[in-house]
Amino acid sequence: MNSTTQTGARSVPGMKGVRGVRGARGAADVARRRGPASGRRLSSANWAGWAFLAPVTVYLLAFYAYPMYRNIELSLHHYTVRSFVHGGAPFTGLDNYRTILSDPAFGPALIHTLVFTGVSILFQFWIGMGLAVFFSRHFRLSATLRALFLVPWLLPLIVSASTWSWMLNSDSGVVNHVLHGLGIAPIDWLTSPKWSLASVIIANVWIGIPFNLVMLYSGMQAISPELYEAAELDGATAWQRFWKVTFPLLRPVAAITLLLGLVYTLKVFDIIWIMTKGGPAGSSATFATWSYQLGFGNLLPEFGPGAAVGNLLVVMALAFGLVYIRAQRKQREA
Amino acid sequence: MPTFRRPRTTWWKTVVGLVLTALMLFPVYWMVNESLTRDQDMRKTPPNWFPVHGTLDGYRAVLHQQLPYLGTSLFIGLGTVALTVAVAAPAGYSLAKLRPRGGGVLSFALLIAQMIPGIIMAMGFYAIYLNLGMLGSVPGLIVADSTIAVPFGTLVFAAFMSGIPGELLQAAKTDGAGQLRTFWSIVMPVSRNAVVTVSLFAFLWAWSDFMFANTLDSEGGAQPITLGIYHYIGNNNQQWNAIMATAVVASVPATVLLVVAQRYVAAGVTAGAIKD
Repeated sequence: MNSTTQTGARSVPGMKGVRGVRGARGAADVARRRGPASGRRLSSANWAGWAFLAPVTVYLLAFYAYPMYRNIELSLHHYTVRSFVHGGAPFTGLDNYRTILSDPAFGPALIHTLVFTGVSILFQFWIGMGLAVFFSRHFRLSATLRALFLVPWLLPLIVSASTWSWMLNSDSGVVNHVLHGLGIAPIDWLTSPKWSLASVIIANVWIGIPFNLVMLYSGMQAISPELYEAAELDGATAWQRFWKVTFPLLRPVAAITLLLGLVYTLKVFDIIWIMTKGGPAGSSATFATWSYQLGFGNLLPEFGPGAAVGNLLVVMALAFGLVYIRAQRKQREA
Repeated sequence: MPTFRRPRTTWWKTVVGLVLTALMLFPVYWMVNESLTRDQDMRKTPPNWFPVHGTLDGYRAVLHQQLPYLGTSLFIGLGTVALTVAVAAPAGYSLAKLRPRGGGVLSFALLIAQMIPGIIMAMGFYAIYLNLGMLGSVPGLIVADSTIAVPFGTLVFAAFMSGIPGELLQAAKTDGAGQLRTFWSIVMPVSRNAVVTVSLFAFLWAWSDFMFANTLDSEGGAQPITLGIYHYIGNNNQQWNAIMATAVVASVPATVLLVVAQRYVAAGVTAGAIKD
């Protein structure tokens, strides 16, 4: 899952969202195991089945489908604060989408979204991989230390984000103190447009490492130790063992880890909003924060364009999401 | 967990592991350290690496200013757990054991639901709650928070309950138990680990939620602790020791639940409920 906390969804991250993983797989499992129902009792089982499913069906319609519908509706009308409250906003078709596409903030937000997602994943994944390899053979205290690595993932995002904000503070932050000790001039992490995106990426990587570690570690546990013994007998070095044995066998798990990471990193909002609000001057704004900024961040809210940006984000997340579901099916069938 | 034969001496791995863990957890240590630092030392160069002149002022501020927020968060967390389990457990049972025609579509919808960015949900809920006059209401926030956990919870229950032996349910049926009774007296007690796992995560996510709270409850009378911290920062409050102390307190449930309930989570994993 997000939870693989938080991605789990939540959020690795972002993690938040990531936490969905484990359950998600289970369901695919269940769906796959559904055989053709036996004919005779079909209808009574159907009745009972849907009776038990009724609450979640109503729930999904009321609390997922309806908010989504409202969001699409928002993006197709010209809303002002007045019409938002009292109704009667004129239908404007795709105007809001045209507005955001021609907005000078669009290009940078797109690039920041891609850079934030790509760089976060790159570091989370390879650091997680390195740690998974490190922990894959048991040693004294290894289980305890591995559990401790989960802490960043379990902390509320506001806690992680505000701790990082303080650590990256220009004048009194501990990071600049350390850099000073190394002879490096202090960096305006959160207040200079050059560094703000890097700062939120650093915090996000920190939060995302545990998810990647957990996923890859458990994938490695499924690899038969005999393969390693055989490789060792053949005189393979640790480096060769990783690339010739671990990595190829880990590919399916790695693919799923990466895709889920993508889906959940795309929608990261809390960390950026708390640390920089997407600023300064939009230098760390992604689609998620830009959408929020439009809808809630200004004195005069622009709900229509905000919803439009949000819907673009949904399309991106679902595109990767469907690739993930396919990859997972393939792996199950293999 | 299978135990492998312990290879030769690996004390150096333990040392490296300790160093790596220390590096990884440094921000957590720093949060605790700063929460104990005196105001006048907060901006010192170099900083105090250890809370040598430790003070509990930050925590005193928490006690005076943040207790109501903590209470609200607790209430929201418990409400979210109740709602999530009530909706997700029957659904999981149905998907795992009753398998009605069309259930696969619902499983798929649950997978998709997990991928929708929270920000979209927040905006949709805002529009709806504004019209209903439900902005700033705690029940409204519980409903919104539960959307993070319900799809996950349903899928975990389904995965866990599919492991319940069919004979058990058949025996109940033979004894004349109806579906509802079978679910309540057999399935639920057997699924205790899944209940604990789902509750654990539902609580943590609701407790940690910032986005829904900030969107739907920013002017509410009763606000959760995440907003408490956020206001602290937003008010240009330069009392970073109090901010960090609040952060430490807000991290307590995550820590406690992990330590106390780790057994259940582990049990859930081995039972295939949450297969990594």
